[in-house]
Amino acid sequence: MSERGHDPHAIDGKFPAPSQHYHTVVIGGGTSGTQAALKAATNGTRVLLVDENPVSGALIGTDVPFFFGGRATTAVQNRERMVETVFMNMPWLEPAFEAGIDVQLATTAWGVYRNGPLVGSLPGQVVGLADADRSWLVGFDKLVIATGARDLPLAFPGWNQPGVMGAKALAMLLERYDAFAGRQIAVVGSHDLGLETALLALSKGLEVLAIFEVRDAVQGNADLAAQVAAAGIPVRCGVTPVEAKGGLDGVEALVLSDGTALDCDSVVMAVGLVPMIELNDAANGPRRFDANRGGWLPETSENIAFAGSCAGLADTGFDHAAYRQDWMDALGGACGGDTIICQCEEMTLADLTGLQPPRYLDRPPALQQRSLKTLLQDGPPNQDQVKRLTRTGMGQCQGRRCRDQVAMILAAEAGKSLAEVPLSTHRAPVRPLSLKVIADWEESDEMRAGWDVWMGIPTQWVPYADIGTPYEEENRRRLGGAMAL
Amino acid sequence: MSAQKVVVVGAGASGLSAAWWLARAGVAVTVLDKGIVGWEASGRNGGGCSHYQSPLFKEEQRLWPQMDELLGYPTEFSPERIVMAVTPRQLEQYHYIAEMNNRLGHRVDLLDASQVREAVPLAGDNCLGGIHYRFGGHANPHRTVQAYAWALQDLGGRIVQHSPVTGFQMAGGKVTAVESTSGTYECDAVVIAAGPQTGNLAAQLGIDLPLANARAEMIVTEPAPMMKLGGVDGNGLYGRQTLRGNLAYGGGPHEWVEFGDLGPEVKPSTPLTRNLARRLAELLPGAAHLGVIRSWAGVIEMTPDGRPVIDRRENVTVCTMSGVGFGLSPASGHAISDLVLEGKCSFTDIEKLGLSRFDGIEADWRTSKGWLAL
Ligand SMILES: Cc1cc2nc3c(=O)[nH]c(=O)nc-3n(C[C@H](O)[C@H](O)[C@H](O)COP(=O)(O)OP(=O)(O)OC[C@H]3O[C@@H](n4cnc5c(N)ncnc54)[C@H](O)[C@@H]3O)c2cc1C
Repeated sequence: MSERGHDPHAIDGKFPAPSQHYHTVVIGGGTSGTQAALKAATNGTRVLLVDENPVSGALIGTDVPFFFGGRATTAVQNRERMVETVFMNMPWLEPAFEAGIDVQLATTAWGVYRNGPLVGSLPGQVVGLADADRSWLVGFDKLVIATGARDLPLAFPGWNQPGVMGAKALAMLLERYDAFAGRQIAVVGSHDLGLETALLALSKGLEVLAIFEVRDAVQGNADLAAQVAAAGIPVRCGVTPVEAKGGLDGVEALVLSDGTALDCDSVVMAVGLVPMIELNDAANGPRRFDANRGGWLPETSENIAFAGSCAGLADTGFDHAAYRQDWMDALGGACGGDTIICQCEEMTLADLTGLQPPRYLDRPPALQQRSLKTLLQDGPPNQDQVKRLTRTGMGQCQGRRCRDQVAMILAAEAGKSLAEVPLSTHRAPVRPLSLKVIADWEESDEMRAGWDVWMGIPTQWVPYADIGTPYEEENRRRLGGAMAL
Repeated sequence: MSAQKVVVVGAGASGLSAAWWLARAGVAVTVLDKGIVGWEASGRNGGGCSHYQSPLFKEEQRLWPQMDELLGYPTEFSPERIVMAVTPRQLEQYHYIAEMNNRLGHRVDLLDASQVREAVPLAGDNCLGGIHYRFGGHANPHRTVQAYAWALQDLGGRIVQHSPVTGFQMAGGKVTAVESTSGTYECDAVVIAAGPQTGNLAAQLGIDLPLANARAEMIVTEPAPMMKLGGVDGNGLYGRQTLRGNLAYGGGPHEWVEFGDLGPEVKPSTPLTRNLARRLAELLPGAAHLGVIRSWAGVIEMTPDGRPVIDRRENVTVCTMSGVGFGLSPASGHAISDLVLEGKCSFTDIEKLGLSRFDGIEADWRTSKGWLAL
């Protein structure tokens, strides 16, 4: 047996141990996350609780992590004031401070890394964190992900303008940021989420003009429905939006399926929420599909647990997937081929179903013969494959605005259920972080010394004609043995 | 010519290109893949096509500018590259690369810092100069693999996805059929271009092909303003600006890995994302404020000398590209098709890419090199 050699350009030993380590790290400082942190903090264990709010104005502008729809006020640009506001609006954090928990606001968790299949080089399990200026890694024994649920937007004509937004984004802007720019809203969806959204808006002094419902009866629970009725908010069943019309500042009116129109400045999509599973997914954690709990759910794996709606919406026996489908059928029916599906990449419904590339490429005749249908003759649907070809879902919102509806479109086209279409992957960083922020400016000497552009195998880049000539040795000498660019 | 019916194992860039060349020659081709076309390294790479070290270089360079037309589908090929330095050591190395290429007749120009900044507006004051390859370039891996696949179908070739090859039937020392989960496919000749799995499959046929597998990673940013030339390397990175404007970059340490016969199910990335981001922010300071929106990883297989193998034994042609197979694919497919049909490459000498160079290699060569999983 030979002795084990050493490859200086391999990753071995180049990742230093993280400088901070906590017994438990909790991601998400809502009430569930805070409770989880408090539970972990008994007996003096070191606990870190991070919450990404307030997120930067720039992220809000790209609808990350919620579908803000351009309806945040300029207050979100003032970071320091925003941190104060958000902090004041999270009174449940008080006991966490008292319990000695390290609480960090405006701190984003963007990746979870652990050794496992295909990775053995990490000094331990770590979570990647970042604030406005820098990123760092934190080691943990236990991780609790309590990131909540995010908006599920659905396309209809005019949805890609300021004023069309999500229920979760509205709640955030009203309850935590004090920074909602609209006044007169229409709510899409009358299940619990829609009714709660309407009541919240009303309590914050907004005018709630109507709630629209695709089915022929109010879907939410009787108690909420009674409160909405008592508040005099009309629920218009069997009536759905067909187009949002607007001007420079976005939505001014909503055209409806019964031929009428409603003047409003904001249309709040409250059709459903999706558990935020991206951190777990990027860490290749297990998941399962449960239509009654909001779709794909993360499953507990070694040292990673979930709390709150991130673990799944409350199961009230309501089939969220079927409800979304009804909405999609109605709103999708109003879409033309030219309706934008992917806002980041400006890809239309016709581009998606035609499997066409962006407009900066030619569409030669052979390509125009291809479509989602022909692709599905070659194999089962895969959203990532469609994403690679059409760029739908590939943009800077990281697919948040369109991935769910693209999955539904794919499932419908393939005649499959949503659970049978593989989820489009989530990859770190699960929030867009600038190069200079995510960069490791304090990397190890080993990393610097062993860095090579590609494998670092001296013989690989020797020109064919030079093999076995003195030039081979010269190449090795001059390039430090490799393409050590 | 004897081969009327050929089965290709592996729908990566190499296998698909080979199948496409064979179909152009009138052969009935079936390509079998364990997954989706181009789902492995061929759809996860940097898209670079400037392999001056390869015997296939001239053919690579001849073909790329024509590929959109030949295939009938866009590949996003964009010609030429710039390699720019931000340290004196890098500049010295790049100048040597320029000197070496010019000696071999591949034109490379030297650029001073201001010339680089003019061509690469995202470069910064830290740029010390660079070199300009008047050849090579980059293409979009996803589009290219799908273009091969569609072009092959247009010629009557068949692609069977989700159909892992499990074995071979032999008669008289020749492969007569390929067995897969979707059925048995008779053939006059077989091509094994199965990436990291090429070694195991070849071993079933008594062909020794030493390979070790490594994980490599890349990151991509949101779109930046379009630069005149998108193929910009340097500071330890390779990569490209996509035609949409995104900066997709990779480089740095690889990890030697181990997995089962069908390859790894997941391809996690690591905190190397941060080291890549740092180098990209140094290389292109004008882009430092751009958001990183994704990272990914892929697996590459390496021979002990890091050079490809394209060779034939009986009616079996094997191809493994040692991490430079995307750019070379138009040419490697041509060479494979030549080997299958004529027994030898028609356009260049590829003798040194043969299997025999590893005859008698120590069984534990990976141990002595340290090419082992952690
Ligand atoms: C991060 C990264 C960056 C890179 N950058 C570049 C670059 O800039 N330029 C460049 O030229 N190269 C680059 N490469 C290398 C390049 O991607 C590969 O060399 C090339 O794609 C290899 O193509 P292939 O077809 O030979 O193999 P693969 O792409 O690995 O394809 C092999 C196929 O065989 C299939 N298969 C395996 N086993 C079986 C089985 N039993 N039955 C059926 N099918 C099977 C697989 O599913 C796969 O589709 C990079 C690679 C990586 C990972």
